[in-house]
Amino acid sequence: MLLAAVLAWAVVRPFGLPEAVMAVPAAGIAVATGAISLDHARAEAERLGPVVGFLAAVLVLAHFCDVEGLFRACGAWMARWAAGRPVRLLTAVFALASAITAVLSLDATIVLLTPVVFATAARTGVRPKPHVYACTHLSNTASLLLPVSNLTNLLAFAASGLSFTRFAALMALPWLVAIGAEYVVFRRFFARDLAAAAPLGEDSGEPPRLPLFALVTVGCTLAGFVVASAFGVEPAWMAAAGALVLAGRALVRRRATPLTVVRAAAPSFLAFVLALGIVVRAVVDNGLADVLGRVLPGGTGLPALLGIAALAAVLANLINNLPAVLVLLPLAAPAGPGAVLAVLLGVNIGPNLTYAGSLATLLWRRIVHQHEHGVDLGEFTRLGLLAVPSSLAVAVVALWGSLQIL
Amino acid sequence: MRVIAWLVEGTWPACVDAVRDHAPGGAEVVLLHVTGAEVPGLAHGAFAGLLGRGHPERDPGDRLEALGGTSSAELLEAAAERLGRPCVREERSGRVEREVVAACEGAGLLVLARDGDRSRLGPHSLGPAVRFAVDHAPCPVLLVWPEPAPPLGTLPPPPPHHL
Repeated sequence: MLLAAVLAWAVVRPFGLPEAVMAVPAAGIAVATGAISLDHARAEAERLGPVVGFLAAVLVLAHFCDVEGLFRACGAWMARWAAGRPVRLLTAVFALASAITAVLSLDATIVLLTPVVFATAARTGVRPKPHVYACTHLSNTASLLLPVSNLTNLLAFAASGLSFTRFAALMALPWLVAIGAEYVVFRRFFARDLAAAAPLGEDSGEPPRLPLFALVTVGCTLAGFVVASAFGVEPAWMAAAGALVLAGRALVRRRATPLTVVRAAAPSFLAFVLALGIVVRAVVDNGLADVLGRVLPGGTGLPALLGIAALAAVLANLINNLPAVLVLLPLAAPAGPGAVLAVLLGVNIGPNLTYAGSLATLLWRRIVHQHEHGVDLGEFTRLGLLAVPSSLAVAVVALWGSLQIL
Repeated sequence: MRVIAWLVEGTWPACVDAVRDHAPGGAEVVLLHVTGAEVPGLAHGAFAGLLGRGHPERDPGDRLEALGGTSSAELLEAAAERLGRPCVREERSGRVEREVVAACEGAGLLVLARDGDRSRLGPHSLGPAVRFAVDHAPCPVLLVWPEPAPPLGTLPPPPPHHL
């Protein structure tokens, strides 16, 4: 009941109030009524605390990369490289969206990159649909590579006991083949839209100013992750350092106030994640673990990994991938990192199957009422039915291969 | 007589050229562009899928809607320049194929370009939107190839005779 209320509130967001307004009291009720013991709640909070801090740092990092003009520069690069040719633009979108999702998280791709891609397509006379679809799909599929790419990864990273570099090494091949599968599906699915070459072509815009400072900071942060994991330091500190450098520069140059820095870290979202974790833990403790434990395949052979990933993908479509990963992690963690990473493949790639990553009717109704728009659900789902099973299958096989070799 | 030219990204110059070649001198030319609500909807959906982020003002779908209006105006501007004669510009938004048919009410001619697989002659050279407009248009239709038409050799062989 509590979980349902928290999720429904998060979707409907009555009176525009933040999601945490329901989630935090719900977590309080779960503790007060003994649905979750105080020890378990504390353990959950201690486990999620560093994850939430890490998340805040990545959100701030992405926000100030935008302030530094990174995403505008991306638009200019894509326009120049594509020169009005739709297939080249799609390739550029795939490359940039994959890199940005991996390094700055899926939020950055959806919120910051998608409008830039749309504007680039429109400005160069290319039909925007395949490219915007690519952003939405890659924000999920390309979020496999690093622990920072997706909140689900951060949660799994904390549960898996892997080091930052080992996580990235195991996920590199699944990440590449999943993106490759998406690319093949997109080229065929949108062949007609991609065949309509733009008539203009000469307007490639002004040469972009290189946002050198942001790129160097992000590069150093990434290098910091590797070094930190080699010395056993929490990589979250590196993310915090990178975020502080970019935010500090913006503060000094008066392009930000302390308030905008705090807002960029989305404190109410962080509270929501923490509270959702405690509520989900209560649900798992009170019987869900038994039910799912029976369906979840054991072991880390290829068939077991495929089964785990498929189950995770289905669950992500039923209840959204954030609660799905919270539910599945405690069950998968004892079987080792292979099972945890298979859960991640499912919850990250799976949401491309249904519009808005589901919680289906609820979301659908809210969105329909809020915006009169006509997403062709048939087309969306047909694309999902082609892209999700193929990219998920090749990614699981690649993960299995990586686990054998590394 | 009113001539409607339905202009789409990528293929619109052929329509404008067809109007120049075939529309009677005294005809009123309407350059029509329809912005589909679909693409902003994709961004709305992706943002809604990010559970718990709040901040509805960060929804990228709203920015796409605003950008769509600008790019539509730019396309019509370029088309009017290419046409080089007085014309009316009409921007619509909604379900593209239905808006096109609605815009044709009382018109004397609809000019539109094929939007499907244009590597060979045949029914696949029409995509779903153009197919709908051709089937439902309440006026004569001039259907043009956006680029030179494929050769007759791409015609499929005739079906075998059944006795």
